[in-house]
Amino acid sequence: MSEITPERVAHLASLARIALTEQEIEQLTSELGAIVDAVATVQKVAGDDVPATSHPIPLIGGMRADVVGPTLTTEQALAGAPDHDGSRFRVTAILGEEQ
Amino acid sequence: MAGTDQSRTSGNDLTRTSAAELSTLLASGDVSSVEVTQAHLDRIAAVDGDLHAFLHVNAAALETAAQVDADRAAGVTLGALAGVPIAIKDVLCTIDMPSTSGSKILEGWIPPYDATVVARLRAARMVPLGKTNMDEFAMGSSTEHSAYGPTKNPWDLTRIPGGSGGGSAAAVASFEAPVALGSDTGGSIRQPAAVTGSVGVKPTYGGVSRYGAIALASSLDQVGPVSRSVLDAALVHDVIGGHDPRDATSIPDAWSSMAEAARAGQSGEALRGVRVGVVKQLDGDGEGFQAGVRQRFTETLELMAKAGAEIVEVSAPNFEYAIAAYYLILPAEASSNLAKFDSVRFGMRANVTGTVEDVMGATREAGFGPEVKRRIILGTYALSAGYYDAYYGSAQKVRTLIQRDFATCFEQADILVSPAAPTTAFKFGEKLDDPLAMYLNDVTTIPANLAGVPGMGLPMGLAPEDGLPVGLQLMAPARHDARLYTAGAAVEQLLEAQWGGPLWRLAPELG
Repeated sequence: MSEITPERVAHLASLARIALTEQEIEQLTSELGAIVDAVATVQKVAGDDVPATSHPIPLIGGMRADVVGPTLTTEQALAGAPDHDGSRFRVTAILGEEQ
Repeated sequence: MAGTDQSRTSGNDLTRTSAAELSTLLASGDVSSVEVTQAHLDRIAAVDGDLHAFLHVNAAALETAAQVDADRAAGVTLGALAGVPIAIKDVLCTIDMPSTSGSKILEGWIPPYDATVVARLRAARMVPLGKTNMDEFAMGSSTEHSAYGPTKNPWDLTRIPGGSGGGSAAAVASFEAPVALGSDTGGSIRQPAAVTGSVGVKPTYGGVSRYGAIALASSLDQVGPVSRSVLDAALVHDVIGGHDPRDATSIPDAWSSMAEAARAGQSGEALRGVRVGVVKQLDGDGEGFQAGVRQRFTETLELMAKAGAEIVEVSAPNFEYAIAAYYLILPAEASSNLAKFDSVRFGMRANVTGTVEDVMGATREAGFGPEVKRRIILGTYALSAGYYDAYYGSAQKVRTLIQRDFATCFEQADILVSPAAPTTAFKFGEKLDDPLAMYLNDVTTIPANLAGVPGMGLPMGLAPEDGLPVGLQLMAPARHDARLYTAGAAVEQLLEAQWGGPLWRLAPELG
């Protein structure tokens, strides 16, 4: 059986920066429990001698010439931002105190 | 198939004309791109209220078409698909249209650059018709997870059009667009093609640029074509494919022409001596496969054998674990990729007070739908300390075993075949409350993504029990996409000879 508890889901949600509601935590606990039980079968398939594959088509190299190319302008980079001051993204307090 | 003469007569005929035929008509001056584009915009206006294949229709489409016509009149040398309209899945960044990936968190967002594939179709002078609907961030098999409401299947409006690229498939199947772009992480091009009677190709991983495709799972995602014929898919593939220095996983090799490969398949002799491997684990006898899917698959194999193909049974024992491995690797990569939606640089910001972390949490809570949250939390779990080796690590080893299975199968066969989806289109709501049942719908398509090999879905008839389209899947070794187009065009020709024309002629009238 899985180790998915409401407390664990709440912790994972905080790591993932999603402020789940109590109801969502409850529902995800049961859904994720079933999913984790199903996918856990991968653990018994491959032995220690099998290497992991992270990428389907291995490519080595891929270096480009170290020259300056076109980049986004400041205006373009800020165009989709929820808030900015003309040269920087603006956010609320980062240290947990009112600024 | 509408002939050249009839095609001039009405917009209805133009929307039923293939991209290859439109190319000829446009080149000869028999029709203008404005006429072709207007016919498709009229069709969208007539039927998209019922279908909801489009999230955004391009207001500049006619203007773009007029520029192509003017250049053609001025004697400018144009590519094969110049002036041909195309629909674009909303996962792809477009500098002139919103790109939401089906999510509320990106509502109205206009990217500062075009995806490479979009830039290439513009360079080929194709005419973007608009952006098509999809499951949010391409997570789903039905478009029911789109934040903007589902797309309907043109064959039966009470059923799903497949997913995640249900919008592109429905647009093509309902004659709103001759061709479209999709993206395929676990079947999101091939499964919608199967259930809407369309053609869809997931190229070799690295064969088509991912630059500007809003990432779901970076080691699995591939952009590819959706169409009503194998040749049309090949023509689009030739436009979008090839090395892109902006994508570090893009294969630097030169590629042969997919259109030439498709045309070679139409010779009638293309299947002679080809070893066609039926993957035992996906042969339709397993649990969850519909009887009518199995029946059409068996008949299609017989047809291929009669045309000279050598049908061999091959075994890929580790495909049994493909879904399990996929639903660890995908959420792990997605949880990382979707971290960028942080309410700071682009997209939505929830209107709450507090620290930047509070705002981030509230934004992601409000901006993501249930399936996205489910997969992010699952991926965060699979990657967390103490579980990483057991889940993500084990899944990556299974991936190695699946690649080895493919290698063994391709020693015995030139191409592999299976049904493209285990069932025909299911009803809305049927699997929405059972994520695992939804995931099982991808059983046939996921192995190709895990191994990076190319796959094609194409129509192989209607299921006798419900009259809905059934898809065939072809798979080839990595970098051998051309083989799919040759074999696919050959199978298509055999089937259409039997049907007396393309399958889409049997689609119900809409609007």
